Amino acid sequence: MSTPVSDHTATPLIFESGQDGRANRYFERGKSLDQFLPREALRAELPIPDNSEMDVVRHFTRLSQRTFGIDVGFYPLGSCTMKYNPRVNDAMANLPGLRDLHPYTPDDQAQGALRIMWELERSLCSLFGMAAFSLNPSAGAHAELAALLIAKAYFKGRGETKRDKVIVPDTAHGTNPASAAMCGFKVISLKSDKRGRVSVDEVKKVLGDDTAVVMMTNPNTLGLFEDHVHEITRAVHEAGGLCYYDGANANALMGNARPGDMGFDLMHLNLHKTFTIPHGGGGAGSGPLGVAKHLVDFLPTPYVRKKNDSFVLDFDMPKSIGPMRSFWSNFAHIVRALAYVYANGAEGLTKVSQLAVLNANYMRVKIREFLETPYDEICRHEFVASAQELKKETGVRALDIAKALLDRGYMAPTIYFPLIVPECLMIEPTETESKETLDAFVDALRDIVETAKREPEKILAAPVTTVVGRLDETRAAREPDLRWRPTS
Amino acid sequence: MAQPEGLLYSKEHEWVKIDGDNATVGITDYAQDSLGDIVYVELPKIGRQVVQFASVGVVESVKAVSDLFTPVGGEVTEVNAGLENDPALVNREPFEGGWLFKVKLSGDAQTSGLLSAADYESFTKES
Repeated sequence: MSTPVSDHTATPLIFESGQDGRANRYFERGKSLDQFLPREALRAELPIPDNSEMDVVRHFTRLSQRTFGIDVGFYPLGSCTMKYNPRVNDAMANLPGLRDLHPYTPDDQAQGALRIMWELERSLCSLFGMAAFSLNPSAGAHAELAALLIAKAYFKGRGETKRDKVIVPDTAHGTNPASAAMCGFKVISLKSDKRGRVSVDEVKKVLGDDTAVVMMTNPNTLGLFEDHVHEITRAVHEAGGLCYYDGANANALMGNARPGDMGFDLMHLNLHKTFTIPHGGGGAGSGPLGVAKHLVDFLPTPYVRKKNDSFVLDFDMPKSIGPMRSFWSNFAHIVRALAYVYANGAEGLTKVSQLAVLNANYMRVKIREFLETPYDEICRHEFVASAQELKKETGVRALDIAKALLDRGYMAPTIYFPLIVPECLMIEPTETESKETLDAFVDALRDIVETAKREPEKILAAPVTTVVGRLDETRAAREPDLRWRPTS
Repeated sequence: MAQPEGLLYSKEHEWVKIDGDNATVGITDYAQDSLGDIVYVELPKIGRQVVQFASVGVVESVKAVSDLFTPVGGEVTEVNAGLENDPALVNREPFEGGWLFKVKLSGDAQTSGLLSAADYESFTKES
């Protein structure tokens, strides 16, 4: 792996390094704390690390060097759209007038910020064919929850309290059934057909007067376009249900097809996927929720409205499900997303998804020379390969391939998802990678497969160049050790 | 993969060993191999009445969480307590020490819809 780290030993915790009195002190010692705080509030035993400034800088720089991210290398993580995050977005989000704005600033003194929110909302509506978007939710699953709360409020308002079922295809993201269950719905799982699509007949079989919502991802998690989506949404509407579009894969169709036109009533976007916001490691995300006209009144508060020539935060929405979080969502992300929209324009954003699809198909056709690609047809922004045959032949599994990719300087693709493909590798290159990068990754993968056939033990031992080798996944799941505790 | 004779198998990859009124249930070698390293097993409570093919628990591996179905109906009389601390026993000995729970069979025809070792073997090759 091409990390600039020179040693391969584990970095000690900051608590385990340093010595009393080593910290650089720029100021004279002031009054002792017991002059400010009551005795019972003072903790004598609290071990605050004592390191020199240089050691602190080295410690955190080293940790940052050991972190793999899109700024370090290719990150083909299926379903997660790890594309390059343009620095101009950060420059905009760091403009002092935006960065230092207090969330309680009165509307009339925050017109620029409100305008940014309104312009992003209008852009998303036009790109995805929805009547309105709430910028309130902080992530995709958060938006799913908001959408299902809206569906609940909508049916309640119509007196249709019997509708308690949410239908989810087996190609869905795991968050779909989880959100539905969290919201008190019963989940019905739908088997996809031989072509990896949701079949209209299967949907019709489970539709009824107890159907609340059908949740779909298009293209689905196999990277395939749901070509009967119109018939499906029509059938759901005829049964009185609502259709939800999971926008995790919006990078496949942005500017080329609109969920609103496909008949979806609700949808979310992941700004941190499609709209170039840095993500991973559980950091702040942003998951705007879009709705069709008949659901606008139920959106979370506050909602930015344009009144005459000024902008206001509207809290007075009697049918609203209420706020989904504190303040006005992750505002810096809204700035970043709008910067991305304006940098590309409608034409550029259309090209983004076309190139994402082209890159995925280029890789699929090269990779199928040495790995199975089930559902082998023109894919959208991602595709799945399977190590099933390789496993039978050599004992090398998808997991082992993933580990061997780390040795070759790449982030591994998503593995073992979707669940319907055994020994699955789910690869999403995104539009921002060059042909050279795609070729180099394919060569690395080919080398792993060929090595597996010749010397499987080499691949089974991977990774060998990373700071730590093969981890004990069972123990990691059963006895996670995530927190430092003082020893004395 | 060899399927032990004398057991019956479900299409959900559970096995059942029937001894008079009593049945012992586990998951097959094929199932544990597909799941990968198992980290948790959630079993039905002793005394619970279970219906054939109903979901009665959960098997969680490092890859996925899967429902556990019972191949026979009746009353749960015993669960494998050793799996709480050592769920990987299901990976190591799926047909022996890694058994999951025992059922006192209720009524007749509790084995309808189950497969023989040979039929299960060909079923796993099709899927």
